[in-house]
Parts: sequence; structure tokens; C-alpha cells
Amino acid sequence: MMKSYLIALTMLLFSSLSLALVDGHEYPFDNQRDKDRFAQLAEELRCPKCQNQNLADSNAPIAKDLRNKVYEQIQAGQSDEEIVQYLVDRYGDFVRYKPAFKSYTLVLWLSPVVLFVIAIIVFVRLGRKKEKAAPLTEEELKKLAALKQQASDK
Amino acid sequence: MNRLVLFVPVLIFLALGILFFAGIGRENKEVLPSPLINKPFPNFILTQVEEGSKQLTQQDLIGKPMLVNVWATWCPTCKAEHEFLNTLAADGIRIVGINYKDDDAAAMQWLQDYGNPYEFNISDPDGMLGLELGVYGAPETFLVDGEGIIRAKHVGDLNPRVWEKYQPQFALMRAAASRPEESISDKGSE
Repeated sequence: MMKSYLIALTMLLFSSLSLALVDGHEYPFDNQRDKDRFAQLAEELRCPKCQNQNLADSNAPIAKDLRNKVYEQIQAGQSDEEIVQYLVDRYGDFVRYKPAFKSYTLVLWLSPVVLFVIAIIVFVRLGRKKEKAAPLTEEELKKLAALKQQASDK
Repeated sequence: MNRLVLFVPVLIFLALGILFFAGIGRENKEVLPSPLINKPFPNFILTQVEEGSKQLTQQDLIGKPMLVNVWATWCPTCKAEHEFLNTLAADGIRIVGINYKDDDAAAMQWLQDYGNPYEFNISDPDGMLGLELGVYGAPETFLVDGEGIIRAKHVGDLNPRVWEKYQPQFALMRAAASRPEESISDKGSE
């Protein structure tokens, strides 16, 4: 029982994202909050040209354009949601590395939870089966004795 | 019976294996679906490549259905499709160019050298209109109807094989535009 919890915990540890840093020099911010938001957005937004890189990592000209746009919009006081929506309206859901929680992404978001719950149920049931070796009743003991007798008679 | 239950994980594994194997390579990574289909062409105020002093806006597109072609002199694939654009223009298809992240003088030279299939060219040196259009790599071509609504988008070069795919849609757009009473009733329902 303990062991299965440990395994689950270890798996959770490895699922967390490792975050790289954005080169902040090009984009001066007058406060730390906006700087962090910029770094976060550049991590979460995907470069449309270079399939498996985010805006922070990519050197493609289009990634630079989009970084500039994100910077511009943060400076203009737009919220994170508004900035992401702005890009999604033009480039589609593809630009999100963090998919939106919508009807067509339900399976994506919920399947890990569902699988985790199933796994816990399975673990619990497997654990219980072992404990279930209950002592025999009076009647069963009699039956057992009779069977033994029968066997030794042969 | 209980023993059979033990095979359930293997069966799930096999089922997922088959599903994923069948899905490999199915996704077309080259073409992203555009969220701009059936949306009006974005607003812009930019100058014309051919006449630097002339301002163009989205209003200049309204009229006949057209192809809006995003191109640049630094883009080799644009060179590859240029001859075919000339052919389309010769067939009477209206093509409007967006000269994307380019230099007006270089663009003029290119049009002189290779022919000019464009009714006019919108100068977009900073790629800002490109960004509004979700452009991520030239050449890209949009099918825009007579009312300035984007109806389709193609990423990559246009050639006879690709055009075969879009030609029927474009013909329908042209047919709809030439029946004025229909476009008026369309407007009424919007």
C-alpha cells in the first residue's frame, strides 16, 4: 500500500515542467511582475513556424515578431488572457502550449485524472484482497476435518 | 474468469498501440488550420508598393473575389510560384499582393524582372499585416470573396495541382459575386 503511494508521488515529481529563462535584455520592464509575465507567456506560447519550440527558445523571425507583440501588449496593459486570445485569434489554438479547457479538450485534461483514480482503485482493491483471508467458520472447520479424514482413509 | 481480468492491461496496451500506430504521420504538420476562415479581412492602413504615397486599407479589397498572395523577394518558394501566378492573372483572376517584410525597391525590381500578376501590392515591411493574418511563412495565399471575407487559406506555393483544389471554390465565389441580389440578401441576414 505504502509502496504504491510512493510510486505515484515519484511520478508526480517527474511530471512538473522544467522552465528555461527568457533573455530579458531585449525587453526592459519597469516592474518585476510584468517581467515575470513576459517570461511566462514566452514559455507558454508556441512558435507557429518551428513546431516544437516556444517563443522564448526560437530564433525564427516570426517568433521574434510574436515576442515583440507580446511585449507591446504587456506594456499596453493587456491581461495574459487577452494576449493569448489575440494570438489564438490569428494563429489558432496551435500557439498554446497549455491547451485551453474546452469541450474538445476535455479528454486531454481529464484522462490523467481519470486514469489516476482508476489506478488508486486498483491498488486499493489489490491491497484488500490480501487482508481478506478471514478465519474459517465453525462449519468450514468441520468440513475441512471431514475432507482430511476422507483423504487419509483412501 | 478472474484470470482473464489479468489480460485487460495487455488488451488496453494493444488497443492504444494500434490506435497510436494508425495515427502516426496522419497529422499534416505543414499546415496549421487558420482561425481566420469566414472572418473579415483584418483592418489595415499601409502604403502601396508601386506608389509609395498611396494609402491602402481593407476597403480597397472589396469588389471582385480575389487571391491575396503574401510574398517576398527573399523567399525562394515565392519565386517558384510566381510563373503560375502570372498564368492565373492572365486567365483573369484578380490577385492582390502583400509584400511581406521586404523592401519596396527590391519588390519593384522583382516585378519588372518576372512579370506582375498583381492588381496592386500592399507594402508590409514590418510584417504587421502578416501577423494580423496569422502568416508564419511566405508564400501564403488567401481566397477572399468580393465582400472582403476570407474563405480559405493555402500555405506554400500555388501550382496547378494545388489550384485544382481551390479552383471550384473560387469559381463559386465568383458566381456568387456576379449575382448582386444574392449578395444583398446575404448582407440582410447578417
